Amino acid sequence: MFSRAYKTAVTLPPLMWVTVFLLTPYALMFCYSFWSVSAAQTIVHSRSLDNYLQLLRVEVYWQTLLRSMWIAARVTIFSLLLGYPLAYFLSFYAGKKKDLLYQLVIIPLWVSYLVRAYAWKTILGSDGVLNTLLQYAHLTKHPLEFLLYSPFAVVLTLTHIYTPFAFLPIYAALEHIPRNLVEASHDLGATPAQTFWKVIFPLSIPGVVAGATFAFVLSLGDFLAPLLLGGPSGIMISNIVVSLFGAAYNWPLGAAISFCMLLLVVSLLVLSERLEKKWIFS
Amino acid sequence: MDLLVSHTKLVLGSRWLVFHAAAVFAFLYLPIVVLIFYSFNGEGVGGFPPHHLTLDWYRTLFADGPIWDSVLNSLQVAVAAMAISLALGVPAALALERARFPGKALFRRLVLLPLILPGIITGLSLLMLFNVMGTKLSLMTIILGHGTALISVATTEVFAGLQKLDRAQEEASLDLGANYWQTFWRITVPNLKLPIIGAALLIFTLSMDEIAVSFFLIGRDNTLPLEIWGRLRRGITPEINAVSTIIFVFSLVTIVFWYRLRVRGEGRSVAGSEIVATVEGNAL
Repeated sequence: MFSRAYKTAVTLPPLMWVTVFLLTPYALMFCYSFWSVSAAQTIVHSRSLDNYLQLLRVEVYWQTLLRSMWIAARVTIFSLLLGYPLAYFLSFYAGKKKDLLYQLVIIPLWVSYLVRAYAWKTILGSDGVLNTLLQYAHLTKHPLEFLLYSPFAVVLTLTHIYTPFAFLPIYAALEHIPRNLVEASHDLGATPAQTFWKVIFPLSIPGVVAGATFAFVLSLGDFLAPLLLGGPSGIMISNIVVSLFGAAYNWPLGAAISFCMLLLVVSLLVLSERLEKKWIFS
Repeated sequence: MDLLVSHTKLVLGSRWLVFHAAAVFAFLYLPIVVLIFYSFNGEGVGGFPPHHLTLDWYRTLFADGPIWDSVLNSLQVAVAAMAISLALGVPAALALERARFPGKALFRRLVLLPLILPGIITGLSLLMLFNVMGTKLSLMTIILGHGTALISVATTEVFAGLQKLDRAQEEASLDLGANYWQTFWRITVPNLKLPIIGAALLIFTLSMDEIAVSFFLIGRDNTLPLEIWGRLRRGITPEINAVSTIIFVFSLVTIVFWYRLRVRGEGRSVAGSEIVATVEGNAL
Protein backbone atom coordinates (compact mmCIF):
# COMPACT_ATOMS: atom_id res chain seq x y z
CA MET A 1 0.00 0.00 0.00
CA PHE A 2 2.90 2.35 0.62
CA SER A 3 4.91 3.34 -2.39
CA ARG A 4 8.67 3.15 -2.69
CA ALA A 5 8.89 6.95 -2.56
CA TYR A 6 6.92 7.04 0.70
CA LYS A 7 9.14 4.43 2.27
CA THR A 8 12.27 6.27 1.17
CA ALA A 9 10.90 9.58 2.46
CA VAL A 10 10.25 8.22 5.95
CA THR A 11 13.40 6.09 6.10
CA LEU A 12 16.12 8.28 4.69
CA PRO A 13 16.12 11.32 7.03
CA PRO A 14 16.21 9.39 10.33
CA LEU A 15 18.66 6.89 8.83
CA MET A 16 21.04 9.67 7.83
CA TRP A 17 20.68 11.48 11.13
CA VAL A 18 21.33 8.32 13.12
CA THR A 19 24.37 7.56 10.97
CA VAL A 20 25.86 11.02 11.55
CA PHE A 21 24.98 11.53 15.21
CA LEU A 22 25.00 8.01 16.64
CA LEU A 23 26.92 5.58 14.45
CA THR A 24 29.77 7.95 13.53
CA PRO A 25 30.35 9.07 17.14
CA TYR A 26 30.54 5.45 18.35
CA ALA A 27 32.94 4.64 15.49
CA LEU A 28 34.95 7.73 16.37
CA MET A 29 35.13 6.60 19.98
CA PHE A 30 36.54 3.33 18.71
CA CYS A 31 39.16 5.19 16.61
CA TYR A 32 40.12 7.48 19.47
CA SER A 33 40.80 4.48 21.67
CA PHE A 34 43.80 3.58 19.46
CA TRP A 35 45.25 7.10 19.44
CA SER A 36 47.53 8.65 22.03
CA VAL A 37 48.52 11.96 23.59
CA SER A 38 51.94 13.40 22.87
CA ALA A 39 54.18 15.14 25.42
CA ALA A 40 53.01 18.45 23.93
CA GLN A 41 49.42 17.54 24.83
CA THR A 42 48.28 16.97 21.27
CA ILE A 43 46.38 13.96 20.00
CA VAL A 44 48.57 11.60 17.95
CA HIS A 45 46.75 9.45 15.41
CA SER A 46 48.70 6.35 16.28
CA ARG A 47 47.43 2.83 15.89
CA SER A 48 48.26 0.94 19.02
CA LEU A 49 46.61 -1.16 21.67
CA ASP A 50 48.47 0.74 24.40
CA ASN A 51 45.32 2.20 25.91
CA TYR A 52 43.71 -1.21 26.23
CA LEU A 53 46.90 -2.72 27.63
CA GLN A 54 47.07 0.09 30.14
CA LEU A 55 43.55 -0.78 31.31
CA LEU A 56 44.72 -4.28 32.08
CA ARG A 57 48.04 -3.24 33.60
CA VAL A 58 47.09 -0.30 35.81
CA GLU A 59 45.33 -1.61 38.87
CA VAL A 60 43.22 1.50 39.52
CA TYR A 61 41.31 1.08 36.28
CA TRP A 62 40.14 -2.47 36.51
CA GLN A 63 39.69 -2.27 40.27
CA THR A 64 37.42 0.73 39.82
CA LEU A 65 35.56 -1.11 37.08
CA LEU A 66 35.07 -4.08 39.40
CA ARG A 67 33.94 -1.78 42.21
CA SER A 68 31.48 -0.08 39.86
CA MET A 69 30.08 -3.45 38.85
CA TRP A 70 29.79 -4.44 42.50
CA ILE A 71 27.97 -1.18 43.30
CA ALA A 72 25.69 -1.70 40.28
CA ALA A 73 25.05 -5.31 41.33
CA ARG A 74 24.02 -4.22 44.84
CA VAL A 75 21.78 -1.50 43.38
CA THR A 76 20.19 -4.12 41.12
CA ILE A 77 19.55 -6.57 43.95
CA PHE A 78 18.08 -3.93 46.26
CA SER A 79 15.95 -2.44 43.46
CA LEU A 80 14.52 -5.90 42.73
CA LEU A 81 13.94 -6.61 46.43
CA LEU A 82 12.06 -3.34 46.74
CA GLY A 83 10.43 -3.37 43.31
CA TYR A 84 9.23 -6.96 42.97
CA PRO A 85 7.00 -7.25 46.07
CA LEU A 86 5.67 -3.77 45.34
CA ALA A 87 4.76 -4.76 41.78
CA TYR A 88 3.22 -8.02 43.06
CA PHE A 89 1.18 -6.13 45.63
CA LEU A 90 -0.07 -3.61 43.06
CA SER A 91 -0.90 -6.23 40.48
CA PHE A 92 -2.66 -8.76 42.72
CA TYR A 93 -3.83 -7.03 45.89
CA ALA A 94 -4.30 -3.30 45.28
CA GLY A 95 -7.71 -3.61 43.59
CA LYS A 96 -9.21 -0.28 42.66
CA LYS A 97 -6.25 1.70 43.99
CA LYS A 98 -3.96 0.07 41.43
CA ASP A 99 -3.80 2.98 38.96
CA LEU A 100 -3.29 5.60 41.63
CA LEU A 101 -0.49 3.61 43.29
CA TYR A 102 1.11 3.02 39.89
CA GLN A 103 1.20 6.76 39.29
CA LEU A 104 2.72 7.21 42.75
CA VAL A 105 5.62 4.96 41.76
CA ILE A 106 6.14 6.91 38.55
CA ILE A 107 6.01 10.43 40.01
CA PRO A 108 9.45 10.36 41.69
CA LEU A 109 10.89 9.61 38.23
CA TRP A 110 9.82 13.09 37.23
CA VAL A 111 11.77 14.78 39.97
CA SER A 112 15.16 15.66 38.60
CA TYR A 113 17.73 12.96 39.17
CA LEU A 114 20.21 15.56 40.37
CA VAL A 115 17.80 17.04 42.84
CA ARG A 116 16.98 13.67 44.37
CA ALA A 117 20.66 12.78 44.73
CA TYR A 118 21.18 16.17 46.35
CA ALA A 119 18.25 15.57 48.71
CA TRP A 120 19.95 12.39 49.93
CA LYS A 121 23.06 14.44 50.56
CA THR A 122 21.10 16.78 52.81
CA ILE A 123 19.63 13.77 54.61
CA LEU A 124 22.87 11.85 55.13
CA GLY A 125 25.38 14.67 55.83
CA SER A 126 27.03 15.10 59.22
CA ASP A 127 24.89 18.22 59.80
CA GLY A 128 22.16 16.58 57.78
CA VAL A 129 18.59 15.74 58.61
CA LEU A 130 19.22 12.18 59.77
CA ASN A 131 22.22 12.92 61.99
CA THR A 132 20.66 15.94 63.67
CA LEU A 133 17.48 13.92 64.18
CA LEU A 134 19.44 11.10 65.82
CA GLN A 135 21.25 13.57 68.05
CA TYR A 136 18.02 15.36 68.88
CA ALA A 137 16.54 12.03 69.95
CA HIS A 138 19.74 11.29 71.94
CA LEU A 139 20.32 8.10 69.98
CA THR A 140 23.87 9.15 69.18
CA LYS A 141 26.19 11.80 70.56
CA HIS A 142 28.34 12.37 67.53
CA PRO A 143 27.15 12.48 63.94
CA LEU A 144 27.53 9.19 62.09
CA GLU A 145 30.20 9.95 59.51
CA PHE A 146 29.92 6.79 57.45
CA LEU A 147 26.51 7.81 56.09
CA LEU A 148 27.79 10.28 53.52
CA TYR A 149 30.84 10.12 51.21
CA SER A 150 30.84 6.34 51.09
CA PRO A 151 29.81 3.56 48.71
CA PHE A 152 26.85 3.11 51.06
CA ALA A 153 25.54 6.57 50.14
CA VAL A 154 25.98 5.84 46.42
CA VAL A 155 24.20 2.48 46.63
CA LEU A 156 21.36 3.99 48.66
CA THR A 157 20.86 6.91 46.27
CA LEU A 158 21.08 4.82 43.11
CA THR A 159 18.68 2.26 44.60
CA HIS A 160 16.27 5.10 45.26
CA ILE A 161 16.61 6.30 41.68
CA TYR A 162 16.42 2.93 39.90
CA THR A 163 13.77 1.13 41.98
CA PRO A 164 10.97 2.53 39.76
CA PHE A 165 12.94 1.39 36.69
CA ALA A 166 13.11 -2.15 38.10
CA PHE A 167 9.46 -1.98 39.14
CA LEU A 168 8.01 -0.99 35.74
CA PRO A 169 8.83 -4.06 33.61
CA ILE A 170 8.09 -6.44 36.52
CA TYR A 171 4.70 -4.85 36.95
CA ALA A 172 4.07 -5.07 33.20
CA ALA A 173 4.98 -8.79 33.24
CA LEU A 174 2.73 -9.49 36.25
CA GLU A 175 -0.16 -7.63 34.62
CA HIS A 176 0.14 -9.85 31.56
CA ILE A 177 -0.31 -13.08 33.53
CA PRO A 178 -3.78 -14.47 32.73
CA ARG A 179 -5.74 -14.44 35.97
CA ASN A 180 -7.44 -17.74 35.19
CA LEU A 181 -4.07 -19.48 35.50
CA VAL A 182 -3.84 -18.24 39.08
CA GLU A 183 -7.43 -19.26 39.79
CA ALA A 184 -6.84 -22.69 38.27
CA SER A 185 -3.84 -23.15 40.52
CA HIS A 186 -5.93 -22.23 43.59
CA ASP A 187 -8.80 -24.47 42.49
CA LEU A 188 -6.48 -27.41 42.02
CA GLY A 189 -5.47 -27.07 45.65
CA ALA A 190 -2.16 -25.23 45.52
CA THR A 191 -1.40 -23.03 48.50
CA PRO A 192 -0.81 -19.32 47.81
CA ALA A 193 2.92 -19.91 48.24
CA GLN A 194 2.89 -22.77 45.73
CA THR A 195 0.84 -20.69 43.30
CA PHE A 196 3.33 -17.88 43.61
CA TRP A 197 6.46 -19.94 43.14
CA LYS A 198 5.13 -22.35 40.52
CA VAL A 199 2.86 -20.11 38.46
CA ILE A 200 3.34 -16.39 39.04
CA PHE A 201 7.06 -16.08 39.60
CA PRO A 202 8.19 -18.12 36.56
CA LEU A 203 5.89 -16.09 34.32
CA SER A 204 7.31 -12.82 35.66
CA ILE A 205 10.95 -13.68 35.01
CA PRO A 206 11.20 -11.76 31.70
CA GLY A 207 10.11 -8.63 33.60
CA VAL A 208 12.69 -9.31 36.29
CA VAL A 209 15.42 -9.68 33.66
CA ALA A 210 14.41 -6.42 31.96
CA GLY A 211 14.20 -4.56 35.29
CA ALA A 212 17.57 -5.91 36.42
CA THR A 213 19.14 -4.86 33.12
CA PHE A 214 17.79 -1.32 33.47
CA ALA A 215 19.03 -0.96 37.03
CA PHE A 216 22.44 -2.53 36.41
CA VAL A 217 23.31 -0.76 33.17
CA LEU A 218 22.14 2.69 34.23
CA SER A 219 23.79 2.59 37.64
CA LEU A 220 27.02 1.17 36.20
CA GLY A 221 27.49 4.27 34.03
CA ASP A 222 26.56 6.80 36.68
CA PHE A 223 29.07 9.48 37.60
CA LEU A 224 27.01 12.21 39.28
CA ALA A 225 25.91 10.34 42.40
CA PRO A 226 29.50 9.22 43.15
CA LEU A 227 30.77 12.78 42.64
CA LEU A 228 28.10 14.19 44.90
CA LEU A 229 27.91 11.53 47.62
CA GLY A 230 30.61 8.94 47.04
CA GLY A 231 33.75 10.48 48.46
CA PRO A 232 37.12 8.89 47.57
CA SER A 233 35.93 5.34 48.37
CA GLY A 234 32.83 5.66 46.23
CA ILE A 235 34.54 6.58 42.94
CA MET A 236 33.13 4.73 39.94
CA ILE A 237 34.53 3.98 36.49
CA SER A 238 32.70 6.87 34.83
CA ASN A 239 34.39 9.31 37.25
CA ILE A 240 37.75 8.15 35.93
CA VAL A 241 36.52 8.69 32.37
CA VAL A 242 35.30 12.19 33.28
CA SER A 243 38.68 13.12 34.72
CA LEU A 244 40.49 11.68 31.68
CA PHE A 245 38.39 13.94 29.47
CA GLY A 246 38.95 16.87 31.80
CA ALA A 247 41.92 17.71 34.00
CA ALA A 248 43.89 14.52 33.31
CA TYR A 249 43.59 15.21 29.54
CA ASN A 250 43.90 11.79 28.02
CA TRP A 251 40.96 11.49 25.65
CA PRO A 252 42.23 8.33 23.94
CA LEU A 253 42.48 6.40 27.21
CA GLY A 254 39.07 7.78 28.25
CA ALA A 255 37.70 6.66 24.88
CA ALA A 256 39.11 3.16 25.41
CA ILE A 257 37.35 2.87 28.79
CA SER A 258 34.08 4.26 27.39
CA PHE A 259 34.25 1.87 24.46
CA CYS A 260 34.67 -1.05 26.86
CA MET A 261 31.63 0.20 28.76
CA LEU A 262 29.67 0.46 25.50
CA LEU A 263 30.60 -3.13 24.63
CA LEU A 264 29.69 -4.30 28.12
CA VAL A 265 26.31 -2.58 27.96
CA VAL A 266 25.47 -3.86 24.48
CA SER A 267 26.46 -7.43 25.37
CA LEU A 268 24.34 -7.25 28.53
CA LEU A 269 21.39 -6.07 26.44
CA VAL A 270 21.85 -8.90 23.94
CA LEU A 271 22.24 -11.40 26.77
CA SER A 272 19.10 -10.27 28.55
CA GLU A 273 17.18 -10.32 25.27
CA ARG A 274 18.28 -13.93 24.71
CA LEU A 275 17.35 -14.82 28.28
CA GLU A 276 13.88 -13.30 27.95
CA LYS A 277 13.19 -14.99 24.63
CA LYS A 278 14.41 -18.33 25.84
CA TRP A 279 12.25 -18.02 28.91
CA ILE A 280 9.15 -17.05 26.96
CA PHE A 281 9.45 -19.88 24.47
CA SER A 282 10.50 -22.69 26.80
CA MET B 1 -9.74 -26.89 56.22
CA ASP B 2 -7.36 -26.38 53.35
CA LEU B 3 -9.30 -23.37 52.22
CA LEU B 4 -9.23 -21.89 55.67
CA VAL B 5 -5.48 -22.30 55.98
CA SER B 6 -4.82 -20.79 52.58
CA HIS B 7 -7.12 -17.89 53.34
CA THR B 8 -5.32 -17.10 56.58
CA LYS B 9 -2.00 -17.29 54.80
CA LEU B 10 -3.24 -15.03 52.07
CA VAL B 11 -4.26 -12.40 54.61
CA LEU B 12 -0.97 -12.65 56.45
CA GLY B 13 0.91 -12.50 53.16
CA SER B 14 -0.99 -9.48 51.98
CA ARG B 15 -0.44 -7.73 55.31
CA TRP B 16 3.28 -8.18 54.89
CA LEU B 17 2.96 -6.89 51.33
CA VAL B 18 1.07 -3.79 52.48
CA PHE B 19 3.78 -3.07 55.00
CA HIS B 20 6.49 -3.55 52.38
CA ALA B 21 4.69 -1.31 49.88
CA ALA B 22 4.29 1.42 52.49
CA ALA B 23 8.00 1.20 53.29
CA VAL B 24 9.00 1.45 49.61
CA PHE B 25 6.75 4.47 49.11
CA ALA B 26 8.27 6.09 52.19
CA PHE B 27 11.73 5.45 50.77
CA LEU B 28 10.76 6.89 47.38
CA TYR B 29 9.15 10.00 48.82
CA LEU B 30 11.42 10.76 51.78
CA PRO B 31 13.94 12.83 49.79
CA ILE B 32 11.18 14.71 47.99
CA VAL B 33 9.44 15.59 51.25
CA VAL B 34 12.72 16.65 52.84
CA LEU B 35 13.53 18.74 49.81
CA ILE B 36 10.23 20.62 49.84
CA PHE B 37 10.21 21.00 53.61
CA TYR B 38 13.66 22.52 53.85
CA SER B 39 12.93 25.00 51.09
CA PHE B 40 10.85 26.79 53.76
CA ASN B 41 13.42 26.40 56.53
CA GLY B 42 14.98 29.68 57.73
CA GLU B 43 18.04 27.97 59.19
CA GLY B 44 19.14 26.49 55.89
CA VAL B 45 19.39 22.87 54.84
CA GLY B 46 19.72 20.15 57.48
CA GLY B 47 19.27 20.46 61.19
CA PHE B 48 16.48 18.95 63.21
CA PRO B 49 13.98 20.14 64.26
CA PRO B 50 13.49 22.69 61.49
CA HIS B 51 12.37 26.12 62.59
CA HIS B 52 11.66 29.63 61.33
CA LEU B 53 9.47 28.74 58.40
CA THR B 54 10.03 31.39 55.76
CA LEU B 55 9.61 32.24 52.09
CA ASP B 56 12.99 34.01 52.05
CA TRP B 57 14.62 31.36 49.85
CA TYR B 58 11.95 31.84 47.23
CA ARG B 59 12.56 35.59 47.36
CA THR B 60 16.30 35.03 46.92
CA LEU B 61 15.53 32.69 44.07
CA PHE B 62 13.32 35.15 42.22
CA ALA B 63 16.02 37.80 42.46
CA ASP B 64 18.70 35.39 41.19
CA GLY B 65 19.63 36.39 37.62
CA PRO B 66 21.89 33.47 36.61
CA ILE B 67 19.27 30.87 37.63
CA TRP B 68 16.61 32.47 35.44
CA ASP B 69 19.06 32.81 32.56
CA SER B 70 19.72 29.11 32.83
CA VAL B 71 15.97 28.39 32.97
CA LEU B 72 15.55 30.31 29.70
CA ASN B 73 18.45 28.37 28.17
CA SER B 74 16.91 25.08 29.27
CA LEU B 75 13.54 26.05 27.79
CA GLN B 76 15.19 26.86 24.46
CA VAL B 77 17.07 23.57 24.48
CA ALA B 78 13.97 21.57 25.43
CA VAL B 79 11.79 23.11 22.72
CA ALA B 80 14.44 22.70 20.02
CA ALA B 81 15.27 19.14 21.13
CA MET B 82 11.56 18.33 21.06
CA ALA B 83 11.31 19.60 17.47
CA ILE B 84 14.33 17.55 16.34
CA SER B 85 13.27 14.35 18.08
CA LEU B 86 9.73 14.54 16.73
CA ALA B 87 10.81 15.52 13.21
CA LEU B 88 13.01 12.41 13.08
CA GLY B 89 11.28 10.10 15.55
CA VAL B 90 7.90 10.10 13.79
CA PRO B 91 9.35 9.10 10.38
CA ALA B 92 11.64 6.61 12.13
CA ALA B 93 8.58 4.95 13.68
CA LEU B 94 6.85 4.91 10.27
CA ALA B 95 9.98 3.44 8.69
CA LEU B 96 10.21 0.73 11.36
CA GLU B 97 6.58 -0.19 10.94
CA ARG B 98 6.14 0.13 7.19
CA ALA B 99 9.40 -0.09 5.28
CA ARG B 100 11.91 -2.83 4.69
CA PHE B 101 15.49 -1.86 4.08
CA PRO B 102 18.93 -3.35 4.58
CA GLY B 103 20.31 -2.69 8.05
CA LYS B 104 16.85 -2.21 9.56
CA ALA B 105 17.66 -4.27 12.66
CA LEU B 106 20.82 -2.26 13.27
CA PHE B 107 18.93 0.98 12.64
CA ARG B 108 16.32 0.03 15.25
CA ARG B 109 18.94 -0.85 17.83
CA LEU B 110 20.85 2.37 17.17
CA VAL B 111 17.78 4.58 17.46
CA LEU B 112 16.67 2.97 20.71
CA LEU B 113 20.10 2.54 22.30
CA PRO B 114 20.32 6.01 23.95
CA LEU B 115 17.20 5.10 25.92
CA ILE B 116 19.17 2.61 28.01
CA LEU B 117 22.76 3.69 27.40
CA PRO B 118 24.30 5.65 30.29
CA GLY B 119 24.33 9.33 29.30
CA ILE B 120 28.11 9.55 29.64
CA ILE B 121 28.65 7.38 26.55
CA THR B 122 26.21 9.34 24.40
CA GLY B 123 27.69 12.61 25.65
CA LEU B 124 31.33 11.67 25.17
CA SER B 125 30.89 10.14 21.73
CA LEU B 126 29.15 13.31 20.54
CA LEU B 127 31.86 15.43 22.18
CA MET B 128 34.44 13.59 20.06
CA LEU B 129 32.35 14.14 16.93
CA PHE B 130 32.05 17.88 17.57
CA ASN B 131 35.73 18.05 18.38
CA VAL B 132 36.73 16.38 15.12
CA MET B 133 34.33 18.55 13.13
CA GLY B 134 35.68 21.65 14.87
CA THR B 135 32.23 22.63 16.18
CA LYS B 136 32.34 25.03 19.09
CA LEU B 137 30.43 23.81 22.14
CA SER B 138 27.31 25.85 22.86
CA LEU B 139 23.62 25.44 23.54
CA MET B 140 23.43 24.22 19.93
CA THR B 141 25.59 21.18 20.67
CA ILE B 142 23.41 20.38 23.70
CA ILE B 143 20.32 20.67 21.48
CA LEU B 144 21.82 18.23 18.99
CA GLY B 145 22.72 15.87 21.84
CA HIS B 146 19.28 15.94 23.45
CA GLY B 147 17.54 15.84 20.06
CA THR B 148 19.50 12.75 19.03
CA ALA B 149 19.19 10.88 22.32
CA LEU B 150 15.45 11.56 22.61
CA ILE B 151 14.51 10.38 19.08
CA SER B 152 14.26 7.05 20.92
CA VAL B 153 11.38 8.39 23.05
CA ALA B 154 9.46 9.79 20.07
CA THR B 155 9.98 6.58 18.11
CA THR B 156 8.83 4.24 20.89
CA GLU B 157 5.71 6.27 21.69
CA VAL B 158 4.69 6.74 18.05
CA PHE B 159 5.54 3.16 17.11
CA ALA B 160 3.23 1.91 19.87
CA GLY B 161 0.50 4.24 18.57
CA LEU B 162 0.99 3.02 15.00
CA GLN B 163 0.50 -0.59 15.97
CA LYS B 164 -2.95 0.19 17.35
CA LEU B 165 -3.80 2.23 14.26
CA ASP B 166 -6.27 0.98 11.65
CA ARG B 167 -4.71 1.41 8.23
CA ALA B 168 -8.08 1.43 6.44
CA GLN B 169 -8.43 5.21 6.78
CA GLU B 170 -5.07 5.84 5.16
CA GLU B 171 -5.89 3.35 2.44
CA ALA B 172 -9.22 5.05 1.78
CA SER B 173 -7.55 8.44 1.64
CA LEU B 174 -5.04 7.19 -0.93
CA ASP B 175 -7.74 5.43 -2.97
CA LEU B 176 -9.79 8.62 -3.04
CA GLY B 177 -6.94 10.43 -4.72
CA ALA B 178 -5.10 12.17 -1.89
CA ASN B 179 -1.34 11.98 -2.23
CA TYR B 180 0.97 10.65 0.47
CA TRP B 181 1.79 14.12 1.80
CA GLN B 182 -1.89 15.01 2.22
CA THR B 183 -2.65 11.61 3.72
CA PHE B 184 0.20 11.98 6.20
CA TRP B 185 -0.92 15.38 7.48
CA ARG B 186 -4.68 14.82 7.33
CA ILE B 187 -5.00 11.19 8.40
CA THR B 188 -1.82 9.76 9.92
CA VAL B 189 -0.82 12.67 12.15
CA PRO B 190 -4.33 13.41 13.52
CA ASN B 191 -4.72 9.72 14.35
CA LEU B 192 -1.41 9.76 16.18
CA LYS B 193 -2.21 12.96 18.07
CA LEU B 194 -2.07 11.39 21.53
CA PRO B 195 1.20 9.50 21.16
CA ILE B 196 2.79 12.57 19.58
CA ILE B 197 1.64 14.93 22.33
CA GLY B 198 2.66 12.35 24.91
CA ALA B 199 6.10 12.00 23.35
CA ALA B 200 6.47 15.78 23.13
CA LEU B 201 5.71 16.27 26.83
CA LEU B 202 8.00 13.42 27.80
CA ILE B 203 10.84 14.74 25.65
CA PHE B 204 10.36 18.23 27.02
CA THR B 205 10.51 17.09 30.63
CA LEU B 206 13.43 14.72 30.06
CA SER B 207 15.39 17.45 28.29
CA MET B 208 14.70 19.99 31.05
CA ASP B 209 16.14 17.49 33.54
CA GLU B 210 18.95 16.04 31.48
CA ILE B 211 22.45 16.43 32.87
CA ALA B 212 24.74 13.52 31.88
CA VAL B 213 24.80 14.34 28.14
CA SER B 214 24.76 18.13 28.68
CA PHE B 215 27.67 17.78 31.10
CA PHE B 216 30.04 17.07 28.18
CA LEU B 217 28.50 19.30 25.53
CA ILE B 218 28.23 22.49 27.55
CA GLY B 219 29.62 25.71 26.15
CA ARG B 220 29.50 29.04 27.92
CA ASP B 221 25.79 29.08 28.71
CA ASN B 222 24.46 26.82 31.44
CA THR B 223 21.26 24.84 31.38
CA LEU B 224 19.32 24.75 34.64
CA PRO B 225 20.55 21.32 35.81
CA LEU B 226 24.15 22.36 35.10
CA GLU B 227 23.67 25.65 36.94
CA ILE B 228 22.31 23.69 39.91
CA TRP B 229 25.21 21.25 39.62
CA GLY B 230 27.73 24.10 39.71
CA ARG B 231 26.16 25.49 42.87
CA LEU B 232 25.92 22.12 44.57
CA ARG B 233 29.62 21.64 44.14
CA ARG B 234 30.22 24.95 45.91
CA GLY B 235 27.90 24.16 48.79
CA ILE B 236 24.36 23.50 49.83
CA THR B 237 21.80 26.28 49.78
CA PRO B 238 18.03 26.14 50.33
CA GLU B 239 17.67 28.20 47.15
CA ILE B 240 18.29 24.93 45.30
CA ASN B 241 15.49 23.34 47.34
CA ALA B 242 13.23 26.20 46.34
CA VAL B 243 13.96 25.90 42.62
CA SER B 244 13.64 22.10 42.82
CA THR B 245 10.28 22.42 44.55
CA ILE B 246 9.06 24.68 41.77
CA ILE B 247 10.27 22.23 39.10
CA PHE B 248 8.62 19.36 40.97
CA VAL B 249 5.27 21.14 41.08
CA PHE B 250 5.65 22.04 37.42
CA SER B 251 6.40 18.41 36.43
CA LEU B 252 3.49 17.22 38.55
CA VAL B 253 1.12 19.55 36.71
CA THR B 254 2.49 18.25 33.39
CA ILE B 255 1.93 14.62 34.43
CA VAL B 256 -1.62 15.27 35.63
CA PHE B 257 -2.33 17.09 32.38
CA TRP B 258 -0.91 14.24 30.33
CA TYR B 259 -2.71 11.60 32.38
CA ARG B 260 -6.04 13.38 31.89
CA LEU B 261 -5.36 13.52 28.16
CA ARG B 262 -4.55 9.82 28.07
CA VAL B 263 -7.53 8.75 30.12
CA ARG B 264 -9.81 10.77 27.87
CA GLY B 265 -8.15 9.37 24.77
CA GLU B 266 -7.86 5.67 25.37
CA GLY B 267 -9.25 4.80 28.74
CA ARG B 268 -6.83 3.19 31.14
CA SER B 269 -3.32 3.84 30.03
CA VAL B 270 -0.26 4.92 31.87
CA ALA B 271 2.47 7.42 31.23
CA GLY B 272 5.63 5.84 29.93
CA SER B 273 4.19 2.35 29.64
CA GLU B 274 4.85 2.31 25.89
CA ILE B 275 8.49 3.04 26.50
CA VAL B 276 8.83 0.15 28.88
CA ALA B 277 6.93 -2.15 26.55
CA THR B 278 8.99 -1.16 23.53
CA VAL B 279 12.30 -1.28 25.31
CA GLU B 280 11.43 -4.71 26.57
CA GLY B 281 10.27 -5.89 23.19
CA ASN B 282 12.67 -4.23 20.84
CA ALA B 283 15.71 -2.59 22.33
CA LEU B 284 16.67 -5.47 24.56
